[in-house]
Amino acid sequence: MHITQGQFSFLPPLTEAEIRAQVDYAISKGWAIAIEWTDDPHPRNVYWSMWGPPMFEIRDGAAVTFELEACRKANPDSYIKINAFDNTRGVESTVMSFIVNRPAHEPGFGLTRQEADGRNIRYTTRPYSTERAGR
Amino acid sequence: MGIQTEGRITDIKERYKGGVLKYKQMGYWRPDYEPKATDFICVFRITPQEGVDTEEAAAAVAGESSTATWTVVWTDMLTAHEDYQAKAYRIDPVPGTGPGTDKEAQYFAYIAYDIILFEEGSIANVTASLIGNVFSFKPLKAARLEDIRIPVAYVKTFKGPPTGIIVERERLDKYGRPLLGATMKPKLGLSGKNYGRVVFEGLTGGLDFTKDDENINSQPFMHWRDRFLFCMEAVNKAQANSGEIKGHYLNITAATMEDMYERAEMAKTLGSNIIMVDLVIGWTAIQSISNWARKNDMILHMHRAGHGTYTRQKNHGVSFRVIAKWLRLAGVDHLHAGTAVGKLEGDPMTVQGYYNVCRDSVTRQDFSRGLFFDQDWADLRKVMPVASGGIHAGQMHQLLHLFGDDVVLQFGGGTIGHPGGIQAGATANRVGIEAMVKARNEGRDILNEGPDILRTAARWCKPLEQALETWKDVSFNYTSTDTPDFVATPTTSN
Repeated sequence: MHITQGQFSFLPPLTEAEIRAQVDYAISKGWAIAIEWTDDPHPRNVYWSMWGPPMFEIRDGAAVTFELEACRKANPDSYIKINAFDNTRGVESTVMSFIVNRPAHEPGFGLTRQEADGRNIRYTTRPYSTERAGR
Repeated sequence: MGIQTEGRITDIKERYKGGVLKYKQMGYWRPDYEPKATDFICVFRITPQEGVDTEEAAAAVAGESSTATWTVVWTDMLTAHEDYQAKAYRIDPVPGTGPGTDKEAQYFAYIAYDIILFEEGSIANVTASLIGNVFSFKPLKAARLEDIRIPVAYVKTFKGPPTGIIVERERLDKYGRPLLGATMKPKLGLSGKNYGRVVFEGLTGGLDFTKDDENINSQPFMHWRDRFLFCMEAVNKAQANSGEIKGHYLNITAATMEDMYERAEMAKTLGSNIIMVDLVIGWTAIQSISNWARKNDMILHMHRAGHGTYTRQKNHGVSFRVIAKWLRLAGVDHLHAGTAVGKLEGDPMTVQGYYNVCRDSVTRQDFSRGLFFDQDWADLRKVMPVASGGIHAGQMHQLLHLFGDDVVLQFGGGTIGHPGGIQAGATANRVGIEAMVKARNEGRDILNEGPDILRTAARWCKPLEQALETWKDVSFNYTSTDTPDFVATPTTSN
């Protein structure tokens, strides 16, 4: 299973240089950059853990590379994504988001169907990753 | 007001030669008038009948779209009638028409309307005035509402899009690239189960959305409940397979508002994140369903079915940029706004003008894109434009260059017609757009290097290679009917 959230999940994994190029693009636009990680990539899991606060007004992508390395070291078998944030009036939201780290094994999701009234079905998406022993 | 009601003139030409003079004399032509910030301003393209004076024709448009009737009425004197009268205040000849050209003379007539003329928050009321009787008016051969400046005070009487681009992206968790969709084909005849299969394949292959076509309602081959049940099974299964939020625009268009609400409620019960309606349901129904969508956290997709009957011909009707403005006020989240490169009508600059209307915080005057006025949207949410109709993976660089990130690119035939199957078609489009966005962000000149960027990605992505091969020669290079007429040095506009 390969989850396809983010801007570039259908491309081969980005190299360090490619990640840096995207970060530099965000910096050139004046956007803030945030690193987030999780072991629960459920599509409705909005709040991944923040690796520190978003980096506002950064000028050098090296700072992002440094923090990304630290995050990877601490959470090697997790999903990690880089987000860019635009605080322009009328936007004030995420404008880029791409995955830069995945666990070696991506367990994927199961779909639970609860039969409701009529032929209606209530669907629940379950991440197998959160069902491992001890979690 | 010294005009006399004349006796009936049976000769039609004589009748209107004389008849229109009255409008000017009644005060509908005011070349000295300075529009107020709270006025509506409309620019009409008018083609007067032969022998009808231009200023009087413009005054007649102002009169017939506001207070005037065919004769003078003393009851005007019981009102502050000068405020209620629309005022034609400026006329420009349309470049490329009139003496010395092969086209009959056309004019841009600028007309101002006091805000008191319009009920707050009602597009039905605005349209009843501005495109009511006036379009059938005999002294004009043709008339077209080209553009409109809506005063901020009036904009604030609308709630606008129930979701808007920003919140839609936050709900879907999709950022920094165009969204991808596909309309299910064949549009008619598939059973619910077979139809859901196409949805499942498209979404699993990498699309964000699939879509009912405009005329899929509840026909004998597939009743709406079956469509909804099978489509939501497909959406949820594709979502679990990809770990990504997916959606299918469930078309709830129906004969009555009661039927539409019933279908919308069912979509909500099944957990759909989006519903769709057709433009032909009318302004009142659109505003009603927009309120429903706002109350129920539903994205509202608008398919502009029928608009071509009045937006396409340059000399008569209503420009789509005006329809787009009204729809942003009425409150839709998605709006089909053209592809420029696909099978349907649309000059690229004109189409970009529509996109500006959907997405800007303040739309700036830009004659080259058909935009006659600055339009402040007063923080109204933004509409996601949809590019749909005859587009394919080989045009990815052109589409991204023309429209940027905030657009849904819909490849119907370009997904389902893929020789490797529907999943392969979807994957080709997704890989194509991701590769192009990545290259653009890296600073590449995608408009010129686009074909190379696609070919490079096709080396490791077989479905993209097949797509590029299959549709390599497909383009729709017809001359557009609707193009802006402007002089290279634009004059200022109020």
